[in-house]
Amino acid sequence: MNRAEIVIVGAGISGLSIAYNLAKKGMKNIVVLDKSHFLAGATARCGAGVRQQWATELNCILARKSIEFFSHANETLNYHRDIEFKQGGYLILSTSKEEDIQFEKNVKLQNSLGIPTKHLTKDEALKIVPHLNPDSFTTATFCETDGHINPFLMSEAYYLAAQKLGVEFHFFNEVEDIVLEDGKIAKVITDKMEIQTNKVVDAAGGYAQEIGGMVGIDIPVYSENHEILVTERATQMLEPMVMSFSKNIYCQQVPHGSIMMGRNNPNALHNHDVSSSWRFLDKMAKTVNHILPEVAKQRVIRTWGGLYNITPDFQPIISDSNVKGFYIACGYSGHGFMFAPITGELLTEIILGEPLEYYAKALHMDRFNDMDKIDKEHSVV
Amino acid sequence: MSKRDIIICRCEDVSLADIHEALDMGYRDFESIKRILRVGMGPCQGQSCAHLVKNEIARYNKVNPETVKIHKTRPLISGVVLKDIAESDEDE
Repeated sequence: MNRAEIVIVGAGISGLSIAYNLAKKGMKNIVVLDKSHFLAGATARCGAGVRQQWATELNCILARKSIEFFSHANETLNYHRDIEFKQGGYLILSTSKEEDIQFEKNVKLQNSLGIPTKHLTKDEALKIVPHLNPDSFTTATFCETDGHINPFLMSEAYYLAAQKLGVEFHFFNEVEDIVLEDGKIAKVITDKMEIQTNKVVDAAGGYAQEIGGMVGIDIPVYSENHEILVTERATQMLEPMVMSFSKNIYCQQVPHGSIMMGRNNPNALHNHDVSSSWRFLDKMAKTVNHILPEVAKQRVIRTWGGLYNITPDFQPIISDSNVKGFYIACGYSGHGFMFAPITGELLTEIILGEPLEYYAKALHMDRFNDMDKIDKEHSVV
Repeated sequence: MSKRDIIICRCEDVSLADIHEALDMGYRDFESIKRILRVGMGPCQGQSCAHLVKNEIARYNKVNPETVKIHKTRPLISGVVLKDIAESDEDE
């Protein structure tokens, strides 16, 4: 039978970053399992944006540290292609007095943590994106170091670097059970093989709840479909990501030239559906036609859906658990791609028993034992 | 003719050499190759390249092309101007 020092469930961006960081610290015999082909899940379906403009201190810190890594990822991972890191900023639109007040608070918090966000007037925002509909917003916040990364290529960079360090990958291997002996992890069983191990990482994205259930842990997360569309390649017309929580839109032109946009569906069911709906296309088209009429003149060529894995406070769970040897990295609430670098670093510290960064204790799953005390993130589309 | 000059995906400018390099790197199914090279992600959505890529995958893996899955077909079937959708059904 196969033996592994650790089995990571899920070869999405979180599992890849964790595998790379563990291997870099010298761990041997790391196995990563994925139930489908390379990047079948949420990573490849994400909106490809990376931002630091959050409303909670924890999310701000995770995002800032991740952007630091992204800025030199090509060199650090010795990648032969380019991850297409573009810092065109995020321009977040406010549409009401209440939102203006909240944004003022957000900017103060972000600035105090070293994130260079500015609160802009309407005219200042229009200088950055001249074809914004001036009647669709009141003020805006802008952070010039936010931006875009190609999720496929960022993942491949981690994947190849991890392989070079000896990490073993098995695709088309669906985990069916995790066997405990005396309360400790003993074995992982997939539809194709069995692996003896004493450590398992749950980085299964939209299926993290189900993997937790295999060792008797009820992780307080659920999954829901979030849809996206992409246009054909257009001439350069949109430098930053334009986003509005109240209008329910994010929209960015990627270096390839195509424009991606998404919005949430407040009526989405809690399940694993990733299908495309006409309702999304209809509402998305109306929203973008209102805010960015020039963008709405482009042809949409494809729509798809992907799973957000959501926690009660919209902040991730990066922690150990009450089952010895079972570690969790899930519940990114739509932001797992942009938090991947810090995810790998922190979970590696936890697994190796190293001293943990002070802020990271707040990422433990135990915080949901007292729901009155949680610090909920509101800046989410 | 050089494999560099044989274009498999015209929308995203992917050559036969690119496909063979991806196969050599271990990407052995259409969806994986699509993620690395963008085949099938342009305006035609794989209508010209899908079967060419499928045949290359089959040849490499020494299997019958009929057993090779191509990419998932996604809406829309052809490009539509967003503004037309936005203005088509004002009273929903």
